Amino acid sequence: MHQSTEPSEPAWPPFEFQDHHHWHSSRWERRAARWRNRGNGEPLRRDPEDRLAGGVAGGIAAWRGFSPTTVRILFVVVALFGGWAVPLYFIAWLLIPARDAEASIGSRARHDSRGVALAIALGSLLTVFLLLAGALNDTTIETYGWPQVISVACLTLIWRNAPEDEQNAMRHLVEPLESLGVGGSRRRRGTALRLTAAVVLLVAGVGWLLTAHASLALLRPLAGILLVVAGIVLLLGPWWLRVARDLVLERQARARAEERADMAARLHDSVLQTLALIQRRAADPQQVVQLARAQERELRSWLFEGRAPGESDATSFADGVRQIQRDVEARHGVPVEVVTVGDCPLDDHLGALLLAAREATVNAAKWSGASVISVYAEVEPDQVEVAVRDRGKGFDPDRVPADRKGLAESIHGRMTRHGGSVAVQSAVGEGTKVTLRMPRTAAAADAATPGRSNR
Amino acid sequence: MTEPPRVVLVDDHGLFRSGVRAELGQQVTVVGEADDVEPAIELIERVLPDVVLLDVHLPGGGGQAVITAVKKEHPEVRFLALSASDAPEDVIAVIRAGARGYVTKTISTADLADAILRVAGGDAVFSHRLAGFVLDAFAAAPSPADVKPSFDPELDQLTSREREVLRLIAQGYTYKETARELFISVKTVESHVSSVLHKLQLSSRHQLTRWAAERRLT
Repeated sequence: MHQSTEPSEPAWPPFEFQDHHHWHSSRWERRAARWRNRGNGEPLRRDPEDRLAGGVAGGIAAWRGFSPTTVRILFVVVALFGGWAVPLYFIAWLLIPARDAEASIGSRARHDSRGVALAIALGSLLTVFLLLAGALNDTTIETYGWPQVISVACLTLIWRNAPEDEQNAMRHLVEPLESLGVGGSRRRRGTALRLTAAVVLLVAGVGWLLTAHASLALLRPLAGILLVVAGIVLLLGPWWLRVARDLVLERQARARAEERADMAARLHDSVLQTLALIQRRAADPQQVVQLARAQERELRSWLFEGRAPGESDATSFADGVRQIQRDVEARHGVPVEVVTVGDCPLDDHLGALLLAAREATVNAAKWSGASVISVYAEVEPDQVEVAVRDRGKGFDPDRVPADRKGLAESIHGRMTRHGGSVAVQSAVGEGTKVTLRMPRTAAAADAATPGRSNR
Repeated sequence: MTEPPRVVLVDDHGLFRSGVRAELGQQVTVVGEADDVEPAIELIERVLPDVVLLDVHLPGGGGQAVITAVKKEHPEVRFLALSASDAPEDVIAVIRAGARGYVTKTISTADLADAILRVAGGDAVFSHRLAGFVLDAFAAAPSPADVKPSFDPELDQLTSREREVLRLIAQGYTYKETARELFISVKTVESHVSSVLHKLQLSSRHQLTRWAAERRLT
């Protein structure tokens, strides 16, 4: 009987259809099953590909089989009523792991005691402000402001503990804000903008205060609030200062660590490479002496004249590429075919790109066994690309031991530190292609226009 | 290919000529040699070879002088330019004069034979270096003053596919590898390269001339 009304469901065992009551429950079960079967059937994960901020909406959409746009619009609408959606979003960001990541940001953040302290400090600071504002204002700040204490705390933890690729994405989001603070005429414009905004806010605030609380009687509770705030500041102030100081110290330590990594990469490129060469050519004393002398000169000029090894006196990017060709051909005796398209002046980032390209070329010369290495460099308006290719042995990129410094530190580390990217294509027996890409910064693009001196 | 193409060698180095002749022996028939512009023109017009292997640099004027003179009477003769020095302006000049391709003297014998066969068959031959030059020359956006409204504007731009093909060739990919990388057939790669050659020869772009002139200065 019921089978005839639902011919499309033959999979159900017949006893489900015995009486009316069961039929009902099975329909509910079917609905629940349909609900369960929507989406991708995987546990809820943030989607690192489909994201505007943290990929939470994209993740939920994929999980439940909705369109991401719907989820996002829904979220914004909810955020407009009461403001709790924003902190919820950040909490989700913190607690839901990204796809392919084994742990959520939150679980990492637990071990970041400094980050937790900073989050609490910022939260308490904001609380003080909200107390002040709440005393003066009506309920708007109450409804929208308080949830943001949690937002700020969560965001701090996310910011400090997100994996590298997510941090890059976040940096991308805040870039427009940062660009207010960089070089030259931009900085002046940014400062002017900030001052104007501050003046407007101050004037508006004072005006509002005077109109809303014109009578002294209304200002009286304010005095009480001020006392409370002063108490909190007295209580927490020193701790806030300590957190801030720790932060500065930590930043300095990080800068030192980066400097150290740079130095290690440079030593690897020069001294370690030369030592390896010397071992290989131990049978030829003249060669060894020559190599040692060249290395000594290079090291001296780095230590005492401040010119880093591998750092060329090249004036332009194409010039630098040709220098790599000359050096590698002279040192390793492997011909290097260079094709350059376009040219531009050098800056720090392009200098790093050249160093990475040099390392890739040297690696190819040393390990690939290829008879010729091809280096292709193209300067495009928005990026500079270098492809180093050989038809040699090739290798399995997944099987490079972690301690092999060349690819990991000299190329990958160097490129990512300067905002570039590396792609390695290689297969055993088919040769290797290392593609290095470095975006051109606004400053470099400016300098490339005629009429500006380079650097 | 039923019979090997008939080839004339034009190069001012006797050693190089005899070397190429010895190495290419089986794959092509070398029907004559010349060491300068005048004798080369005379020889080519007499024997009418399928392909002329032409050095870009000749004492009595560049290789393009030979091409221009021969093309007037015998447009069917095909030229493959060859040079050691790789000065881009010379190479571009020879190509614009009508050469069907350009290879460096460091090319392997097998590749050279392959290039000659290709040119004999009417295809274009781009070495990685020529591909780089062409990308470089077409890279800068044309300034409005450079574009003649009466002329076909398509000639002044490379399509993005042509650009991709050239990029790979500039990285030392063979036509076959390029085809595999871009998921297209070797025939398609050949037609892209031919079309680039066509643009290079017919483009009215002043940019190309100016680019070459700038190169000469540096």
